[in-house]
This record gives sequence, structure tokens and C-alpha cells, in this order.
Amino acid sequence: MEYQEILAKYADTPGGMIEAFHAIQAEFSYLPEEAIIEAAKMFGQPAIEAYGVAGFYSMFSTEPRGRNIIRICESAPCHIAGADKVVTALEKALGINMGDSTADGRFTLEFTQCVGQCQATPVITVNGKPYYDVRPETIPGILAEYK
Amino acid sequence: MKGMSIHMNNIIIDGIKISVPDNTTIMKAAEMAGVSIPTLCYHPDQAVKANCRVCVCEVEGDKLLQPACSHTVYDGMVVKTSSPKIIEARKTILELILANHPQDCLSCIRNENCELQSLAAEYMIRDNPFENRVRGLKKDLSTPALFRDHDKCIVCNRCVEVCSVTQTVHALGLEKRGNQALVVPSMGKELIESPCIMCGQCIHACPVGAIGEVEDIDRLLAAIADPETVVVTQIAPAVRLALGEEIGMPTGALPMEVFVAGLKHIGFDHVLHTNFTADLTIIEEGNELLGRLTNGGTLPMFTSCSPGWINFCETFYPDLLDNLSTCKSPQQMFGALVKTYWAERMGIPAEKIFSVSIMPCVAKKYECTRPEMNSSGYQDVDIVLTTREIGRLFRLSGIDFSKMAPAEFSPWMGEYSGAAVIFGATGGVMEAALRTVYEVVTKETLEDVNFTDVRGFAGIKEAEVDLKGTKVKVAIAHGLGNARKLMEQVRAGDSPYHFIEIMACPGGCVGGGGQPITKANEKRMERLDAIYIEDESMPIRKSHENEEVKAIYADFLKEPLGHRSHELLHTHYRDKGQKFL
Amino acid sequence: MAEEMHIVLRNYGKIDPLKIDDYLNAGGYDSLNKARSMDRSDLINEVKAANLRGRGGAGFNCGTKWNFAYQTEADQKYVICNADEGEPGTYKDRLVMEGDPHTLLEGMAICGYAIGATKGFIYCRGEYPQSVNTLKQAIAQAEERGLLGDFSLEVRQGAGAYVCGEETALIESIEGRRGEPRIKPPYPPISGLWGKPTIVNNVETFANIPSIVTNGAAWFSGIGTPFYPGTKVVTLTGDVVNRTFFEVPTDTTIREIIYDFGGGIRDGKKFKAVQIGGTSGAFIPEANLDTIIGFDHMVSIGACLGSGAVFVLDETRDLVDVAAKIAKFFSHESCGKCAPCREGTVRLQDLLDKINDNRGNSSDLALLNKLGRVMSYSCFCGLGQAAPIPVLTAIEHFPADYAAKLG
Repeated sequence: MEYQEILAKYADTPGGMIEAFHAIQAEFSYLPEEAIIEAAKMFGQPAIEAYGVAGFYSMFSTEPRGRNIIRICESAPCHIAGADKVVTALEKALGINMGDSTADGRFTLEFTQCVGQCQATPVITVNGKPYYDVRPETIPGILAEYK
Repeated sequence: MKGMSIHMNNIIIDGIKISVPDNTTIMKAAEMAGVSIPTLCYHPDQAVKANCRVCVCEVEGDKLLQPACSHTVYDGMVVKTSSPKIIEARKTILELILANHPQDCLSCIRNENCELQSLAAEYMIRDNPFENRVRGLKKDLSTPALFRDHDKCIVCNRCVEVCSVTQTVHALGLEKRGNQALVVPSMGKELIESPCIMCGQCIHACPVGAIGEVEDIDRLLAAIADPETVVVTQIAPAVRLALGEEIGMPTGALPMEVFVAGLKHIGFDHVLHTNFTADLTIIEEGNELLGRLTNGGTLPMFTSCSPGWINFCETFYPDLLDNLSTCKSPQQMFGALVKTYWAERMGIPAEKIFSVSIMPCVAKKYECTRPEMNSSGYQDVDIVLTTREIGRLFRLSGIDFSKMAPAEFSPWMGEYSGAAVIFGATGGVMEAALRTVYEVVTKETLEDVNFTDVRGFAGIKEAEVDLKGTKVKVAIAHGLGNARKLMEQVRAGDSPYHFIEIMACPGGCVGGGGQPITKANEKRMERLDAIYIEDESMPIRKSHENEEVKAIYADFLKEPLGHRSHELLHTHYRDKGQKFL
Repeated sequence: MAEEMHIVLRNYGKIDPLKIDDYLNAGGYDSLNKARSMDRSDLINEVKAANLRGRGGAGFNCGTKWNFAYQTEADQKYVICNADEGEPGTYKDRLVMEGDPHTLLEGMAICGYAIGATKGFIYCRGEYPQSVNTLKQAIAQAEERGLLGDFSLEVRQGAGAYVCGEETALIESIEGRRGEPRIKPPYPPISGLWGKPTIVNNVETFANIPSIVTNGAAWFSGIGTPFYPGTKVVTLTGDVVNRTFFEVPTDTTIREIIYDFGGGIRDGKKFKAVQIGGTSGAFIPEANLDTIIGFDHMVSIGACLGSGAVFVLDETRDLVDVAAKIAKFFSHESCGKCAPCREGTVRLQDLLDKINDNRGNSSDLALLNKLGRVMSYSCFCGLGQAAPIPVLTAIEHFPADYAAKLG
């Protein structure tokens, strides 16, 4: 599979498992089981170790996700600025609950903890890109940017 | 002279003044002062983990409580190992763990032998203020040998360490994080799909009932209850000396004939001994080795009596399966013979025989179900019971072993030599083989049958035996981490050995996954001592001098490695094709 | 009126971070050259005398830490920048990385020279892709110009784990493993990344180094409050008019930050509480607003300067609700290694949710207090030890909020 090609770039990076997983996710939106096994082999680790790393970090997913990952910050500063309303609005706009993906694979909704943009709460990110001072009214415009 | 003196630290523990060297932990210092500190994640043969926090103590001047297992002393340290603050902390931690733990002690496999249960009793946990809420995960019953009850896991990591560091199997590890963190088999699969080789060392490592053997007691009792069924058992060499530990006797103290009597009392119709087939194995395997040595066969040859080791070889070294001896384990040789040779001799129809095997092993529960283990025309060994299960049966039976009259083995397959007895020890199979091979090749009698070079707890042992000019180099490994080192040598073509004995379990079978729960290697070493004492006491100490073995060749097998032998006593192996290595 | 002072942010907004010449023209890399001309132990003593204390939250004397690594003999040593910045409410390190990355690189290279390390890592949280990008470009440019000498730098990404802000968990992460903290001692300057002597310092700490080397210890130690000199970048969020950042001398008071710099409370509301140092910080009532933000002063009021985040809450805010959200944060971020944190953070969350939903009673509150207390001195690392602080201080200073919700 194509995993080897992506992983090979990190063959000489000591401890590069996390870098390698980021690269796999950039392509596939999640970490497929086979990719984890290949990564383990490449780094000379037992499969269980790679699996343990994949499941530890909240930015990694071992389940398939949509093409575009929307993450809503639920830490205290965003919470008091109205993150709840943003959650409700996004769930309504996409017709899914938090943690789920749209049937057409376009979006996945996830919570995140603070992403360090507290000057403009509430904050969401899409594929890592932050959006500031999000209000239910601004959501359609954000979603429209993504296929 | 600089560096000659050890720096000592004067400390006070619970008001007791003692002096200890640098790098002494509070725990060790307390031990020296005669103070015991409760622990849960601590294991004497493993790296310090300090994750349960049960052993926390007060160190004067430190606002944090410090774990005794990892915190080292300094000169002038004042420590309290018990105080209202400490007790409250330990109780709270235990309550937290218990609140995420099933409350089914009464039916748990570790009832009365559980470290968490003991601590809960010691700390008088009566009313847990935290609501009990378990994970609600299904038990993993995917293997015939051991089960995992994930709800009971306390994430101490002791099983992970034994599986990855001691055994280098890496079938277990942590998944997820926080309250979701859990020890699971590789890739979150069921055990049967993971690299698990079913050695059961994780069972010994686990402080609670999160892992245990699959019990076959019900099947035994059903067979015993059936008047038409003849229940026959074999007993492995490492069982007797440890069984006493299950019924309140010191290691090695339960006499064999009393053990036999106890089994008959429970309802076994006939008691025979695996040691008989151990002696038989030596004849077959010894000849096989000589054959390979003289005919350019695949060398080094590996022993094949440890099913955990066989699983390991099929999983990690499928390219080296030809090196394995084709001999079945003594358990399986026995099973094949009990429903053929023995049934014939005794005039019992084979289909009426329920063939039981009492073993220090859990991997043997898997071994007896291997599809090829049916040379008798039936499943050669119907069930395997661990030492622990027999212990449960004895405790249930209410027998007073001090008053029990001895009983004898049944004939044809009950006689054994000292060479068979030592099969239970790491290095024992090798020594037994050498005692026979030496005399067969040199045609001389051994003056001293004790090959002490191959004994002991060193991870890898080696020896060289001079067989009238031919030097045979042998190696012994116990624990699969040590085996792996020898296997890498073989794979690289660099192995200097002709014959290698490998036991999956540290100590050999005395430390097997089915033995009384063994926390420390110290206990394995104690059992090893008992084995060699038993060997010394035997009238016959060489396999080829076993009269019943001579008889089976004369009357039934005809010759070692002959047609009948190949049919009943030899086997083949296969690549497990394991993906999650 | 209190005034800002820009040391860490001296170039922020004034240079193009992606143009190394901008940095050079502002005097960039002169410090490194000067440092390289100094005797290494003199350099370390200078940093020590400046009394720069770690800006990540622990406040340990930077020079003293460097000295431990300098003294330890090894064939390889490492400099690690902790750019994990996971503390909610904090974005100061992001400002440096996005706005003036070279000051960080220069600070690290100076450290490398001081302790004898030729390899450095910047562990940047995965939630900062722009910072990662900017840093990589800056490193490439610096290397192209040969400015770093034999000191090579690499960026490693985090992947969403607050616990990786703990230095040994961070090290585990760079080694490609789960971010679980290690038993200390040994401390990283003695045995850290791959067992080698390692200095782990925060972005803001490193960003101070070039100025200290250029202007000297006496200059730096004379700024702000004596035992915690220099400046602190504070990031304001919550119910404050100016949700933005300031760099202020360390003898500035909390009141000055909220009212003089922050513009006071939004929408004409009244002040209720401020949480300083991030989500693991104490809730501070009005009575303590005249406290200087210097590390030790904060400790004296039962708080911690921490990351310097300033999260302001007005009179309409319910502390129970905020504490419940914070408890959820900690149970999500617990690494799971030690029992009191793994189990305790979830139970803190449960109890707070129960009380927040008006289903709680006074014994729940008592249990919350006991659990928090036990966690604060029994857990394996700072995460579990600090998790109860916001909860316990909220109960201590705002009992009315809790009383209102109890049955």
C-alpha cells in the first residue's frame, strides 16, 4: 500500500513515529490498522507499541473520519464565550452529533481542548486552521470553504 | 583510598534510626528497619513503576507524599510510613481503584489470593464513597488456555512488562489514555489473534483477577460422574513439589504417593505419570539428535516439549521450524499411548477413556487441542488441569493430607527415573538427554550423572560434552527473551551449538503459567532445589534404565524412531502467520 | 499607569518573521556570537546571576539548570524547547514562534554552546501548524547562513496531549512513545532524552536569553521584582475588555493587568474572579488583586503565576459551571499512568457535574474536597497534583456558588 512511501521519509528520524502518523493522517484522515503495523515494522517496534502511541494522542484517530476535521474548543475560556452555541449550530448544520462524520465523508465533528487562540474565543479549527470569534451566523461561511 | 568506602545515610523511619547506603529506596530501608509498606504495582523482579501510589509515605519537609518504591533516601531524611494523612491517602486511592473494579470477589478466580482484595481488607474499606462503575467490557475467552477480564484490570502494567521484557512476545500493551487507558492484546484484538503464546506468565504477574486460566474442572467432574467413563490422568514433573503450596504445605513437602491417593479420592480411576513419557522422549529425542549429528540433519536441534515455546517458534521464527525436534511433548506422547498401548494392556476400550493431564502449564490447554494431536484416533489428551485447579479440587475435597494413606500408580505408564523428574527444571531436559546420549554413544557408564553446568537460574547456560572425541555443544535458555538471543544467532547462521533446550517459562516448568501464583523468582528457585532433591532420591536416574520404557519398546514400539513411534510420538509444526508482531 | 516592557516581544510586529535579514538587522545573532566568545562556565554564571526563572510555570533558575547539564559528562547532550503550550488561556509562546522565531533559535543555540550540546529539538504542539511551519522555515534560513554553527535544530510535533507539557512526558514523546511522565530523579539535566543530559526550557525562557547575554545579568535582574526579575508575557482572555497580550515587568500587580492593560471588565460588569496561570491555576478573588505577579508573591496567596494566562470572570459567571468544564479538561488529558489521577480526575468531573446539575449534596462537596486534597499530594506528576487546584480554590473563595446548587 501507499503507506510505505509516506512512512519511508521518517525511516531515519529517531523516535519519528508521531511525525510519521501525522503524515499518514494528512493523506487518509485517520490511521489505518495496516499503516500502524507498517510504521511499527519500520521503526523496529512491536505492533502493540505503535498501537499504544496511536491511541494516546487526541489528534490521532484509529477510526475512519471525514475529509475535513472540525474541532470545537471546549476549554473554559471558549466555554464561557459561548462554545455550546457553536456546537449546537454545527450539529444542526451538518445533521450529525459531536464525534460523528457526515454520511458523504465531508466533515467530522470533534471536541478539542484549548488551541491557544484565546484572544478570539470561541474558536474552532478546520484541518488545523483556526477560525476566530465563531458565532452560529458565521458557520455557513466557514463550511462553504471545504469540499 | 578514594571510592573504597560506601557513603551511608542516617535516616529515621517511624522513629527508628538506621543507616543505609546511597540509592536505597524508602521501601528497602523500611524493610531493613522491620517496617512493611503496602504495595500494589511493585514487583520484585521488575522495574519500579510507582503508578499505583499505594506505597506513598510522608517525608519531612516535602509537601508531596513520596512513593516508597522509587524514592531514595538522603542523609538526615525523616520518614513516616503511616499517619492519618497517609492512611487517608491510601484508603482514597484504594477506593478509587475499587470503584472501577467489579465487586464479584466471591466468584472471582483470585478470591482469597488477590493483592487488591488483601489491601481492601487491610485498609478496612467498608463504604466506598465513589459510585461503583465498571468498564462493562466483554471477557476475552478466545483462547482455550487463558482468559482476560478487562473490567478487572488496574493498569499496573506488571503483565505488560513480563510479556514484553521477560518474554519479548509483546502481546500485551496499553491502549488509549486517562480513564480509558487499559492493557489490551496487540492492536486491540482478541488474545487468539495476537502474538500471545499462552505461556501464562501474565497470570503470575497480575495482582488481581484480570487474567486467569480457562478452567476445565467442570468437564473433569462430569467425566468422573459418568460411570461408563474411565478417568485416567498423567502428572507433570513440576506439579507435585508446588502443589503443596496450594494446600498449606511447604514447597516439595507433599509426598507423591499421598498425591496419588488424593487424586484417587477425588475420583480419578487411574493415575499415571508424565515422567514415563519424559523418559520415553529422551530415548526418541536422543536418537533423533544422534541421527542429525551423524547424517547432517538440521542443527542445532531444539527441544519441543514446551508448547509456549513451540507457539513462540511458530510465531516469531517460522523459518526455523525444521530445527525443532519432531518429538511430541511428553504430555502428548502420553495421550497418544494411553488410548492405544495402555488401553490395550488394560483391556479398556479406548473410547471410554477420558484422558486428563495435570500440568504446571496453561499453554498445554491449547496444545491438547491442536488438530494433529489425535494419533490415537481420538483427541489424545481430553483436558489439561493446572496445578492451581487441582489445588482447588483438593481444597474442595476436604482431605487431610497428613492422614491420607498412600496409593500407587497404575501399571504400564507409571514408572520413571530421576532424569524424568528434572524435566520440570530449566536445563533438566538437557541433562536427562545427556545422561542417555553419553552412555549410548560412548558405551560407558557415567560416573557422575550430575551435569551441574546446565543447572541454575542463569538466563542462558551452555556446556560442552565430550562424547569420545566428538564435542557436543549445548545451550539452555529459559524465558523467551533469553531464547530469542539464541534464536537470532541461529537465524544468522552463527550458532555454535548442536542442541538447545528452550523453556518458555522462567525457571522452566517449575515457574509455569499453571503453577501456584508465583510473584517472585525466588520461589521458582526454591522449587528448582526441590526438583534436584527428588532426582537424587530416585533409584533410577537415567531414562534408558526405566523398565516400563524398555517394555514399551520391546512389546509395542519396537524401536526408537520406528514406524509406530512416528505415527504416535512425532509431530509437525506450522507457521502461525502472525501479522501483529 | 503601569507600562509594558518588551524584551521577549522586542521584535514582535516589527519584523517579518520569515525574513531572516529583518532579524539580523535588528541585532539578531549578535548574542550568539558574543556567547560563543565567552568561557562556557562564565556564560552559565551570567545566566544564573540574571536570575531568569523558568517561564513555563515551574520557575526554576535557568542558569542553575543549565549548570547541571554542563557538569554532567556525556558523549551527547540535548537542548529541548518546550513549545507544547497546552495550558488553556495561554498563547504567549505562539506569539514568539509566529512573530519572532529566531529569538528562540538563538536562545537555544546559546544554551547548546553553554552546556556542550550540538543538537536541539523544538517540541511544538500539534495544534500550532503555523508555528511549526514558521519555525522550520526560520531554521532552514539560519542554517543556510551558517548562523547556528555546529548546533542543529529539529522541530517535532505534538499530537494533542496536554500532559506532554511535563518535561519527561515531552521527552517520551520525542522518543516516539506514549507521553507518560518518568520517575524523577533522575532529572533531565542528568539523564533526559535517550538517557543523555538534556535541558528542557520554555519558549519564553529561551526568548529572554539573547537579551540577557547582550545586556548582562545586572540589567535583567534589576527589572521587575527581585526574586523573579524580568518581564512576563501575559495573555488575557475571558470577560475582559482587551482580550490580548502584554509584556510587563514582574512587579506589576494583577489589578494593573486586568484594569490598566485589560481595560477592565466588559459590558460594564463587575469583577468576580480571575484564574491566573492557566486552567490548573487558582481562582483569585477581588481581595487579592493587588498582589504582584512575581512567582513567590503568587505562591503567598495560594496561587501560581504558571504560564501567565489571565482568565477573567465577571459577576454573572457561575464558578461551579466553570470548574465542571475544567474538571472535564483534566479527565480528558490525564495520561492514565497513576491510579489517583486516572481514576480521580473522572471522579472530580462526576462530582462537579452532579453538583452543577443541581443533583449534589453537602457530602458530595466534602468528598470533592477530600479527593482533591489527596490528589494534590499523591499523584505521579504535576497534572494530577494541580488538577484539583481550580476546584478547591473555587470552593474556598466562592462558597456561595456551590451553596446555591446544593440540595
